[in-house]
Amino acid sequence: MTALPTRKLEEWRYSDIAAVERAWPVAPEAITIAAGETAGRMIVQDAAPGSAVIRQFAITVEAGAALAFHIINSGGAYGRVALDVALHDGATFDLGGIIIAHGEQVLEIVTTVRHLGPNATSRQVIRCVAGGTATATYLGKVAVARAGQKTDAAQSFKALLTDRGATANAKPELEIFADDVKCAHGATVGELDKVALFYLESRGVPPAQAKALLMRAFLSDALESLADDGARAAAEAHVTALLA
Amino acid sequence: MLIIDNLHAAIDGKEILKGLTLTVNAGEVHAIMGPNGAGKSTLSYVLAGRAGYEVTGGSVTFMGADLLALAPHERAAAGVFLGLQYPVEIPGVSNLMFLRTALNAQRTLRGEKEASGAEFMKLAKAAAEDLGLPYEMLKRSVNQGFSGGEKKRNEMVQMAVLEPKLAVLDETDSGLDIDALRVVSDGINRMRSPDRATLLITHYQRLLDYVVPDFVHVLVAGRIVRTGGPELAHVLEADGYAAIAA
Repeated sequence: MTALPTRKLEEWRYSDIAAVERAWPVAPEAITIAAGETAGRMIVQDAAPGSAVIRQFAITVEAGAALAFHIINSGGAYGRVALDVALHDGATFDLGGIIIAHGEQVLEIVTTVRHLGPNATSRQVIRCVAGGTATATYLGKVAVARAGQKTDAAQSFKALLTDRGATANAKPELEIFADDVKCAHGATVGELDKVALFYLESRGVPPAQAKALLMRAFLSDALESLADDGARAAAEAHVTALLA
Repeated sequence: MLIIDNLHAAIDGKEILKGLTLTVNAGEVHAIMGPNGAGKSTLSYVLAGRAGYEVTGGSVTFMGADLLALAPHERAAAGVFLGLQYPVEIPGVSNLMFLRTALNAQRTLRGEKEASGAEFMKLAKAAAEDLGLPYEMLKRSVNQGFSGGEKKRNEMVQMAVLEPKLAVLDETDSGLDIDALRVVSDGINRMRSPDRATLLITHYQRLLDYVVPDFVHVLVAGRIVRTGGPELAHVLEADGYAAIAA
């Protein structure tokens, strides 16, 4: 796709098109996990303030292979990480996505997960914190082909808005052509738990630190699928620094 | 230590405390008893500084300073501890992380040195053991999956580690079976010392058999209507609040 997208397109309806133009055109990055292999990728989008970044990934997870993909999307004025994932027979795909948006940032995670073969599993956990007048968006499409029997697909999106002007958009989309599949999705948008905040403060934790602690705990759901303890600790530390 | 003078407080514009006066000296244990809706929990939240509890009159002086001018975390660092009637669950934050963050935040605010990992672990282990809460449970998320009794024990573990000067315990006895009541009472009694004070807020006299107060106050409709010694709790248990308030 080389033509500049418009907001009429479902995939771009919440985007900042002026910023998209600055990042256009985008060359998709290809990732292939060979049959039976297990791999992990961590994408940290921490571009400089004001910049516009789009990263597109064309991912193939071959038969019996597994990919754990993690995203921490926090940089730039506009930051978009888009995945198009093809899952073959018995493949496993775990996505843990974090968006931390401040000020006027527009940050997006957009996924299309194609269950092309049978017995594939996809689990997507997206957690967002948005403050100021920022916009955090997750568009998640799961497409199950006719051959995709016994597909097990799950999506969970949760967002915390820390200011009145912040926005979270979540849109799950299911397109299913097989008849024996499990596709679960859930989305919630809320605020920080005031009672938990008071509890922390009543024990001596200053308000800003209490908020950061609660936000980090909330976001850490998306890092649970990071199997390596060291990598998870590093990701947690990165998130903590972003919230400080 | 604590001087509450003619305190008025309201929630959503509705006055709950209507001129409450109470002095608590170091070394004393005071019990506040009263019927539902008398303002017992409101008093505890006002002392801890919870948002939404508006002080409309009177004053609270703690260790010579204006307590009401302090933010909740500053009150904690000054030495006020509120044991909650319904301790809060915080998914994703372990009890140990919660408690260590709190202890060190308090110490930092007081200009003291933070507790090292080893020092903190020793404190937390000792407190958990004293209160019969397996140390392993402290590695789990704050109060998540804890029974009512375990939550109350956990409040006492926090109190033991934070070592407050004034403990305000809001219905710490509710939801406890006899054995847990004894363990929690022992926890409160262990903290009794000449330089600490305790304010026990309770419905029932049962707790006061284990933690014997120096004074018992009866709170009805936002004011203390009667003060006596431990024997007053037994009178209340026998005659009810209505007889006292009349």
